[in-house]
Amino acid sequence: MGMAAAEWKFHVLAVDDSLVDRKLIERLLQKSSCQVTTVDSGYKALEFLGLRQGIESNDTTALSLSPQEANLIITDYCMPGMTGYDLLKKLKESSALKNIPVVIMSSENVPARISRCLEEGAEEFFLKPVRLADLNKLKPHMMKTKLKNQKLEEIETPSDDENGTVAAVEPEIKDSVEMEIIKMLPLQSETEPKRVLLQVVQQEEQMLSNNKRKSMEQGLSTDRPRPSLEGIATAV
Amino acid sequence: MQRQVALIKQSLFDQGYLDEQFIELEELQDDANPNFVEEVATLYFKDSARLISNIEQALERGSFDFNRLDNYMHQFKGSSTSIGASKVKTECTMFREYCRVGNAEGWQDRRGPRRLHVGPSNTGTDQ
Repeated sequence: MGMAAAEWKFHVLAVDDSLVDRKLIERLLQKSSCQVTTVDSGYKALEFLGLRQGIESNDTTALSLSPQEANLIITDYCMPGMTGYDLLKKLKESSALKNIPVVIMSSENVPARISRCLEEGAEEFFLKPVRLADLNKLKPHMMKTKLKNQKLEEIETPSDDENGTVAAVEPEIKDSVEMEIIKMLPLQSETEPKRVLLQVVQQEEQMLSNNKRKSMEQGLSTDRPRPSLEGIATAV
Repeated sequence: MQRQVALIKQSLFDQGYLDEQFIELEELQDDANPNFVEEVATLYFKDSARLISNIEQALERGSFDFNRLDNYMHQFKGSSTSIGASKVKTECTMFREYCRVGNAEGWQDRRGPRRLHVGPSNTGTDQ
């Protein structure tokens, strides 16, 4: 491949049976600079990713769509047929797909449900209605994937200007997590790019799992005050 | 004309029909997506019409299927919450409570002492 792709975008697969919520999450993700695909069921999500009826499709002669790649899957919990939790389990059982981060959304704040999802391997749990501020929590995942992609491209095309591509990071860096990653980059030795990347990724994962534990303890993965969703009309 | 629209909109907020979620939707609208709010609202009305029609049919049947009604209400409440339709959301919540009470009373009449086993988990929304 040539130079770093001009328009690589973080690709999110959004799963929700609600028409309105699909529209909303699509817009939210686009606003966060993601490429979005929406589907209305867990079955369609698995099909999109290349799994047919629970069987991994490595058969190139199969008539199903060729497996598409997603960098993150965000799914509603309450869906008819296959729930978000069922989908999460199926994804984690698949050797091809278990490393894709999964985020669960739900309109109901049920701590037992939240911990169950996090224990099963979900990265985050968002309470609906999901807002732009919630999606900022996905930024570390986006940065990590972007860096991985950039690094892989460098390794594949050593004749390219190595220093140039590494510096091509988004200028709007506010997160301290992102600052950590950027600080590490100039220290990379050209002879061992893979090892340093691994360190960065491991640090990232450590930070992410710390956040995950914290949100489990808090019972919620949002840190803004939420109006009660039950019974009381929101005062305007 | 714009001022009239603005006044109507403000009154919807003042009367509690809309809440801050609607403002969140407006903030998602921009030059690249200038009709976003209108598009979501259109989807919401279409979806709501379908749900209300389903609910009416379910109520007409006489013997109330509370699980089904609760399911429809769950969907209706969900989309209303997402669009910021605050009053509709409240009504859905109340309706769901009636479904649960209705469910309990139904069991109470038929099952007697076993009514203790009845609870919100019977409505099927907690999976």
